[in-house]
Amino acid sequence: MEMLERNGGRLVVYLPVELDHHYTEEIREKVDKVVREEPVFELEFDFSRTVFMDSAGIGMILGRYKMMKALSGRMMMSHMRGQIRRILKLSGILNYIQLEQEEEVV
Amino acid sequence: MKNEMTLAFDSLSENEGFARVAVAAFVTQLNPTLEEVADIKTAVSEAVTNAIIHGYPNEVHTVVVRARLQEETVELWVVDNGVGIEDVKKAMEPLYTSRPELERSGMGFMFMEAFMDQVKVESEPSKGTTVYMRKKIQKGVTEQEA
Repeated sequence: MEMLERNGGRLVVYLPVELDHHYTEEIREKVDKVVREEPVFELEFDFSRTVFMDSAGIGMILGRYKMMKALSGRMMMSHMRGQIRRILKLSGILNYIQLEQEEEVV
Repeated sequence: MKNEMTLAFDSLSENEGFARVAVAAFVTQLNPTLEEVADIKTAVSEAVTNAIIHGYPNEVHTVVVRARLQEETVELWVVDNGVGIEDVKKAMEPLYTSRPELERSGMGFMFMEAFMDQVKVESEPSKGTTVYMRKKIQKGVTEQEA
C-alpha cells in the first residue's frame, strides 16, 4: 500500500504501523515535498494501520498543521484507535485539528 | 518474584522500536493489561528517543535500558553517557524543547509522567543522563476484568 494518495487538491497520508521518531522523518520529507511542488488544500492523516504513536508523531502532525494553516488549507485525522487516541487527547492537539466527520472526540 | 534484564544498543533511530518492544515483551511476565503495556511502550520510546536525539546529537554511541520486575512493579532505567542536561527542571517543563528545528513537540517528559507512576531524571553536563521510571502493574484490576 502506498503511503501517499493524491486526489486533486487532497492528499491522504496512510501512516505506518508505528509512528515514532524514526518514521516521522521520512513522512515529513515526503509530505512536504508534495505540498511544495503541487497545490494541496486538504491534508488527511489516516491512522487505520497505526497502533503506536509517541510525541515525535505529535510534533510531526503539529508541524504539518502549521504548514497547512499557512497555506490556508485544511488538515484532518481519521481512524485513530486505542493508544493513538489517548496520546492525541493528552497532547491537547484535538482542540485544533479537525477529525473526519464520522469521528467523535471521546 | 524478581527478574532483571539489560539491553545495550547503538543510538540509531531504528532501535527505538526494538527497545520498546523488548521491554514490553519482558514486562508481560507481570500479566499487564494492554493499556499498561501501551503506557510502558510509550514511556520507553520517549526516553530512548531523547537519549538518541539529545544525548548523542549526530553521533552514534551506546544506549542502555535496564528493567527490573519485582512483585508487581516495573522499574526502568534509560541511560546514556552523552552531553547531559544542564537544567533538568526546564527540560521537563511541558512544551519545552531544546531542538525546535527538529519539530520536537516538547511532550516527551509529559507523556512519561502521565503513563508511569514515577519519573526521575539524573543528569550531568558532558557525563550523561539517566531516566528512572517506575510503574505498578494493577494485577487486581486485570483479574476483575478477565
